[in-house]
Amino acid sequence: MKKIEAIIKPFKLEDVKDALTALGVEGMTVTEVKGFGRQKGHKEIYRGAEYVVDFLPKIKMEIVADDAKVEQIVGAIQKNAQTGKIGDGKVFVSPVEQAVRIRTGETGPEAI
Amino acid sequence: MKKKVLLMLGLLVMSAATAWAEDPPTLETNKAAIELVQSHADYVWTLVAAALVFFMQAGFAMVETGFTRAKNAINIMMKNLMDFAVGTLAFWAVGFGLMFGVSSTGWIGTSGFFLSDWTPGGDPWVLAFWMFQVVFCATAATIVSGAMAERTKFSSYIIYSAVVSMVVYPIFGGWAWGSLFNGGGWLEALGFIDFAGSTVVHSMGGWIALAGAIVLGPRLGKFSKDGRAQAIPGHNMPLAALGVFILWLGWFGFNPGSTTAANKEISWIFVNTNLAAATGAVAAMCASWLKFGKPDLSMSLNGALAGLVGITAGCYNVSPNSSIIIGAVAGVLVVFSVLFFDRIKIDDPVGAVSVHGVCGAWGTLAAGLFNLEGVTLQIIGVQLLGIAACFVWAFGIGFLMFKVIDLTVGLRVSPEEEAEGLDFSEHAGNAYPDFQVSAYAQK
Repeated sequence: MKKIEAIIKPFKLEDVKDALTALGVEGMTVTEVKGFGRQKGHKEIYRGAEYVVDFLPKIKMEIVADDAKVEQIVGAIQKNAQTGKIGDGKVFVSPVEQAVRIRTGETGPEAI
Repeated sequence: MKKKVLLMLGLLVMSAATAWAEDPPTLETNKAAIELVQSHADYVWTLVAAALVFFMQAGFAMVETGFTRAKNAINIMMKNLMDFAVGTLAFWAVGFGLMFGVSSTGWIGTSGFFLSDWTPGGDPWVLAFWMFQVVFCATAATIVSGAMAERTKFSSYIIYSAVVSMVVYPIFGGWAWGSLFNGGGWLEALGFIDFAGSTVVHSMGGWIALAGAIVLGPRLGKFSKDGRAQAIPGHNMPLAALGVFILWLGWFGFNPGSTTAANKEISWIFVNTNLAAATGAVAAMCASWLKFGKPDLSMSLNGALAGLVGITAGCYNVSPNSSIIIGAVAGVLVVFSVLFFDRIKIDDPVGAVSVHGVCGAWGTLAAGLFNLEGVTLQIIGVQLLGIAACFVWAFGIGFLMFKVIDLTVGLRVSPEEEAEGLDFSEHAGNAYPDFQVSAYAQK
């Protein structure tokens, strides 16, 4: 099992979710987050004074999947979250040791 | 259905006929009846206008909270609520008498305290007039709140609010408007033109606000070490915009209501008021667009208010074309004035000093410059004298008052309380418990 964490632009969430659902992904967790990468922040103006907003709003998606599905999922995220401009985000993949479905007690890949 | 209508008509004819039979009208009774209708209309218009001006309190509250941070929203609502509540009592007890009481010197009224001009069964005009004047008093008082936002101790603010409504606003007001009731002031005797209060209400509030902002000092983080003004973004621009729309609406009571008479002239005052506000907003938008590269909402909102403040003095003695010029100048003036006060390190979170103080002075001068019946050096001289007298009185007394408060009970909260936010430190509350705090707000 692997966990796929994707940091994406908020307005791309719907596209990515639809693409993942089409692949048969049955669940995901989404968090509103703030951060920056190479994009850094951007400048805003309030009453004539410029200020830099370092942490821009992003969406973090977390999906746990079978090893076999990971490549497909990462591909779908990369394709659907892309605008080609700086600030599109990143995808991280890491191993997951265990999963438990709380309602039934199922464990491992059965639980995801 | 038809039967019912016929029955009603019959009753109506009969009642009219009996009335006719009882008392045949004469020229005198007709004249009295017409005067009664006019007098009732005057009452209704004055009180409807008072209600519109009262609603401006909501406008001020929304503008102030929109332009400041979420962590101070409860404190700002409390200040605006108490401005009106404490101010009403202060003006009832003392202020109205000082402003409109009998004055042999032209400097201070001496009768009519505690609304003693009215006794049950007596002429209720003083009540309608008082209601219209108390909402004006509260307008002047609440202007100051914005300039002192986010760092003033709440208990000290209440003291300020009572003193202003009891003494500072009414005494100057009596100089310019005393003769509207039992009084009479030296400034109006010279021919000072300030129909609805560019000076009496707005500059008054604006210059006290300036004194308050100076005595308080800037908010933490407003100026960097090298002295540059930093942005402290307001937490809710839609609320600020709603506040300005409410104020604009309220001004249709503020200016046209100042006739305290239901007449045809109010349409002229309405139009002047609206034209100046619209031009002020457009001019401020253009000025901010040219200056900052983008059209700035908060400045454009200030521009609408600047136009309204600017036309307040002259709304009944300048032409609609002149009101456009007055609004345009006010709209540009307010943008540069806000930047000016930032440059000299006076922190006014909502631009109250620029909108009300500076544009109030401009409007008062403009009421002389664009006077429909012609302009003379004497008119300009008196207008300038009124502007100066207001500055000396409002800024002088204001400065003294805030200094005394500061040295006795303290005017400002501690840096820790300010950083924490006044909602928690002064009121043990949280205006938005269901929302996450943004890193923006934690300067």
